[in-house]
Amino acid sequence: MPTVSMTVNGKPAAGQVENRTLLVEFLRQELGLTGTHVGCDTSQCGACVVHLDGASVKACSLLAVQAEGRAVTTIEGLAKDGELHPLQAAFKEHHALQCGFCTPGMVMSALDLLQCKSDPSEQQVREWLEGNLCRCTGYHNIVKAIQAAAQDGRG
Amino acid sequence: MYDFNYHRPENLGDAARKLAAAADAKLVAGGMTLIPTMKQRLASPSDLIDLAGIADLKGISDNGDFIVVGAMTTHATVAADTAVKAKIPALADLAEGIGDPQVRNRGTLGGSIANSDPAADYPAALVALGATVRTDKREIAAEDFFTGLFETALEETEIVTAVVFPLPEAAAYVKFPSPASRYAIVGVFVSRSPAGVRVAVTGAGPSVFRAREMEQALAGNFSAEALKGLTLSAEDLNADIHASAEYRAHLVAVMAERAVAACR
Repeated sequence: MPTVSMTVNGKPAAGQVENRTLLVEFLRQELGLTGTHVGCDTSQCGACVVHLDGASVKACSLLAVQAEGRAVTTIEGLAKDGELHPLQAAFKEHHALQCGFCTPGMVMSALDLLQCKSDPSEQQVREWLEGNLCRCTGYHNIVKAIQAAAQDGRG
Repeated sequence: MYDFNYHRPENLGDAARKLAAAADAKLVAGGMTLIPTMKQRLASPSDLIDLAGIADLKGISDNGDFIVVGAMTTHATVAADTAVKAKIPALADLAEGIGDPQVRNRGTLGGSIANSDPAADYPAALVALGATVRTDKREIAAEDFFTGLFETALEETEIVTAVVFPLPEAAAYVKFPSPASRYAIVGVFVSRSPAGVRVAVTGAGPSVFRAREMEQALAGNFSAEALKGLTLSAEDLNADIHASAEYRAHLVAVMAERAVAACR
C-alpha cells in the first residue's frame, strides 16, 4: 500500500492508504479528524470542504495520494489555544448553525471567500456558497455570520 | 470506487508512455468529473495518470495577439488572471461561473475540454473565439476538436497541453444554468473579431455547435435586434428532466440575444 505524507493543520501527517482512498477518508479514518463531514456521495453537499494549500476544495473529490506533500487545513485547525476562530465565533453569535452538520464545510468555504474578498456583498456570499448545502435551510443566518465576520475584519 | 494503479509523472513524455503502456488508463486533471464518476463505479480505469506533477501544463501566457492557457490551469486561475480579464473578459466571466468555488479551485481547462460534456461551458468559448487546442502531437482547431457527446478528436494516447485563444474585439457568454449543478441547460458564447462573428451554443445539443443563421444575421447588424424572429429547430436538441428540446431551442435564442447585448 502506498504511503502518503502531508502537512495537516500545520503538523506533519503520514499514513498508509490505498490509491483509491479519498482525502476525506484519510482525514477521518487515519487521522481521526472527524470534523470534516461526509454528507453525500455525489460531490454536491460541501460538508467535506477543507483547504489545500490555502484554497478550498472538496475532500471527497480528491484522492489522498493527490494531496502528497501538500498543506491541508481542516476545521480542527482553525481554533487557536482554545479560542474559536473569529469566523467560528461569528457563526455561534449569529445562530448560523442548526443541526451543525454542514457547518465545518460552510466555515472552511467562507474562510476562502474572505481571503479572496474582504467585504463581500450578500449576493456574493450566496453565490460563493453554491457548493455548500444546508438541509436545515439555515442559509439566512449563515450569510449574516459571514458578512458580520467580514465587517469586523475577522475573516 | 475500485482500486487502480496511480502514477504522477513529472513530464509529458513519461505521461504519454504510461498512458500507452497501461491496459485501460485514464488521465486525471482536476478530477472534478472523473473522481465522482469513479466513486459511482461508472468508470473503473486500471491506471490513473495524474497530470498535476507536470509544471509545463500550468499557467497563462500573454503573447500579444494570443492568450495561451495551459491545460492544467484551474478555472479559478483563469477567472482571476489579469491578462484574461483585460483582453478576453468574457472568458474570465465564463470561468468564474463554472460549478462552485471548490470545483473552480480544482477543475481545469484541459480536463473540461477533453471530457467534452455536452453541458460544459468552455467548449462554447473555444469554438466562438476560434481557439486552437494544442496537444503533445499536433494542433487542432476547436471546431474540429469537439466531435460529439463526450467525444473529441483526441487519439487514445494524445494529451491536451494548452489552448491558444486569439483576441476578440468583443465577446460575451450567457448561460441558463441548472439551479442544482450550474451546468448550462443552454449557454451561448458570442464573439466578434476581424475573422467575423461567431455564435457557439453549448448545453443544447450532443456537443457544442455554431448557430450559423445567427452569425449571418449578426455579420450585417451586430445587435440583439438582428436576432429577432430567428428560431432554432428543436430537432436533434437534448431533452431531459431539466428542459425539453423545444424549450432549449427557445432558450438558445434568448441567451444569444442577451449575449449580444452583453458583448464588451
